[in-house]
Amino acid sequence: MYQYTEFDRQFVKARADQYRDQLTRWQAGQLPEDEFRPLRLQNGWYVQRYAPMLRVAVPYGELSSAQVRVLAKIAREYDQPNAALFNEAQATQDKLGPVNLKNGLSVASKLTAGYAHFTTRQNIQYNWIPLDKSADVMDLLASVNMHGIQTSGNCIRNITSDERAGIAVDEIADPRPFGEILRQWSTLHPEFAFLPRKFKIAISGAKEDRAATAWHDVGLHLIRNAEGELGFKVLVGGGMGRTPIIGTVIREFLPWHQIMNYIEAIVRVYNRYGRRDNMYKARIKILVKAEGQKYIDDVEAEYKQIMEHDGGPHTITQAELDRVTASFVPPTLKCDRKSADAKIANILRAAAEDDIEFGRWLKQNVAPHQNPDLRAVTLSFKRLGQAPGDATADQLDVAADLADRFSAGEVRVTHDQNLLLPWVRCDELPELWRAARKSGFARPNIRLLTDMIACPGGDFCSLANARSIPIAEAITERYQDMDELHDLGEIDLHISGCINSCGHHHSGHIGILGVDKDGLEWYQVSLGGSDGSTLSGTPVPGKVVGPSFSAAEVPEVIEAVLDTYRRQREAGETFISTLRRIGMDPFKEAAKGARFAATAVAA
Amino acid sequence: MKLLPFTDHVATENTSVLVLANDADPLQAALEGVTRIDLHFPKFTDGRAFSQAFLLRRRREFSGEIRATGDVLVDQLAQMERSGFDVAVLRADQDMTTAQRVLASYPGYGVGKYQGDAVDVQPHFKEAKEGATA
Repeated sequence: MYQYTEFDRQFVKARADQYRDQLTRWQAGQLPEDEFRPLRLQNGWYVQRYAPMLRVAVPYGELSSAQVRVLAKIAREYDQPNAALFNEAQATQDKLGPVNLKNGLSVASKLTAGYAHFTTRQNIQYNWIPLDKSADVMDLLASVNMHGIQTSGNCIRNITSDERAGIAVDEIADPRPFGEILRQWSTLHPEFAFLPRKFKIAISGAKEDRAATAWHDVGLHLIRNAEGELGFKVLVGGGMGRTPIIGTVIREFLPWHQIMNYIEAIVRVYNRYGRRDNMYKARIKILVKAEGQKYIDDVEAEYKQIMEHDGGPHTITQAELDRVTASFVPPTLKCDRKSADAKIANILRAAAEDDIEFGRWLKQNVAPHQNPDLRAVTLSFKRLGQAPGDATADQLDVAADLADRFSAGEVRVTHDQNLLLPWVRCDELPELWRAARKSGFARPNIRLLTDMIACPGGDFCSLANARSIPIAEAITERYQDMDELHDLGEIDLHISGCINSCGHHHSGHIGILGVDKDGLEWYQVSLGGSDGSTLSGTPVPGKVVGPSFSAAEVPEVIEAVLDTYRRQREAGETFISTLRRIGMDPFKEAAKGARFAATAVAA
Repeated sequence: MKLLPFTDHVATENTSVLVLANDADPLQAALEGVTRIDLHFPKFTDGRAFSQAFLLRRRREFSGEIRATGDVLVDQLAQMERSGFDVAVLRADQDMTTAQRVLASYPGYGVGKYQGDAVDVQPHFKEAKEGATA
């Protein structure tokens, strides 16, 4: 992991002090709410449906066990609303009514407190911390080199990456040192604090894109050119929201040391010409789409000026890359038994045959590693009774203990809202599996239907049109049979409570989007989206299936769509491959057939 | 950075003062004989003037005064200074004492800055390296 220098530590502490001063002036009435809002947002503090929400930055998803323990402490001690607020929130959610299921059961909103939530951008959110405690929480975060800087607001946001950065077998170069150098460059950048809209960067260093880079304002791929030199393929103008757009390649190859000079050109042109008259047209994707080649020409001209006139001030020196890279050396691990050792292979095979759950866990939750004696293991935070990606204080503490015991004290937040242990010895897999199972983290459902992405939705978010969590719970409830789940295979199900698309519904093989019709919750279903991973194929937004469905219809529609896949699939074919081969129509028909008679008329 | 109370700011017809609109291109502006450029923040969250100031200072190498006008609030002063402004006219209701205190306690001044800017082009990592070899 990146090792903070004294400078980095002092910087985060000074930022916490600055925030406390702003909060104090706001509390004293010296700073009006409208003028405080952008300041608190750029420190990660929103005000949501019932309470403030804090988003903590987790640069490229990496956390130490010590940081996870502080996150647990914040969940336990600060993510606690007073009883009156909590009861009022629950009563308001109760009025929305439950999602009724075909089997006679129903799923209602069940609010909880004292937990953290993993986001698709590898950050961590809390839902109940009172604003008057916010400066204390910032101090606590600063004590373990953490903060909420630029996790919100119209600025360059926390930079995300591949959850397997530095360990992936298909890696060209480790993206983390570049992620860190870019993090430092973007932190409190004076010129880019008030862009037209938010600005998200993702970096991938592997052949497979596991960071959904094409869906970002800037997507970076580390590549090598014909001469073997390292550089970036640069994409610009991707994004979700009400106008889903796949990023455009603006540079096929940019030498690695020029990346900040180049991104400065991209952002400066955007800051000058991006639309500010309409929030929905303010993202860079709209500028790139409207201007086309002219935008690219402007960026190239500005880049030329930065290099030739300004002298390329942000050129990364080899010394700086070396300094930062030194933080990311793999931990020294002594593995008693090697993967190549026949004995370990036998133990794993025998255990997998003995216990189908262990076999499935090895298949779904364990990934290969650059070091053949190590594995990357995903702890599943997708199970009944808890929203996707939620972790209680106790669960965070357990995860920190597992990281210390099995993964050199490191965990990663994944884009799919789970935690990944990146440094697990192959000979400790059975032991880790037992420990994870005991704690409820060993569900072998990674990349399967129930490993769904969902935003907090209408239970917490003030932007949401509909709830996400009860829909996620209803589908999870329906697909509890592990045999069935594994038979269905790998499927990306993504749920957003509104068009802002925090739940990435556009990129799901199956996407669910909450919409508001006459004050009631309805859901649009889309099919065939892709995040750009190998499984999903070329990045593309899904296509909407007819008019929206009621909450109760959604699980039926999902079931009808999946049954169609099972009937139509060829041997070994995934859901997304079948969909691509036979087209949307059979699935559309099936979804239409799942509509309840009464609402078919209403919709 | 010099902070001016709102009442001390005189918008002038003088040809040596160029008033540049928020959406004007600073690369095209005629700067001959100009000693002061007034840039405008219609709303403090509209960040275009930061880029304008940067381009005037670095790209046009304008060495006269660059003045921030409009919705100029105490919490954005440091960003203005780092982008190339050297004078800021505080919005009428802003408190001068608070402005001076907030500006002085900006993390980038007390501790240091990560990235180069219009005033100091060197990023922290290049300064740190020079410091280490000194």
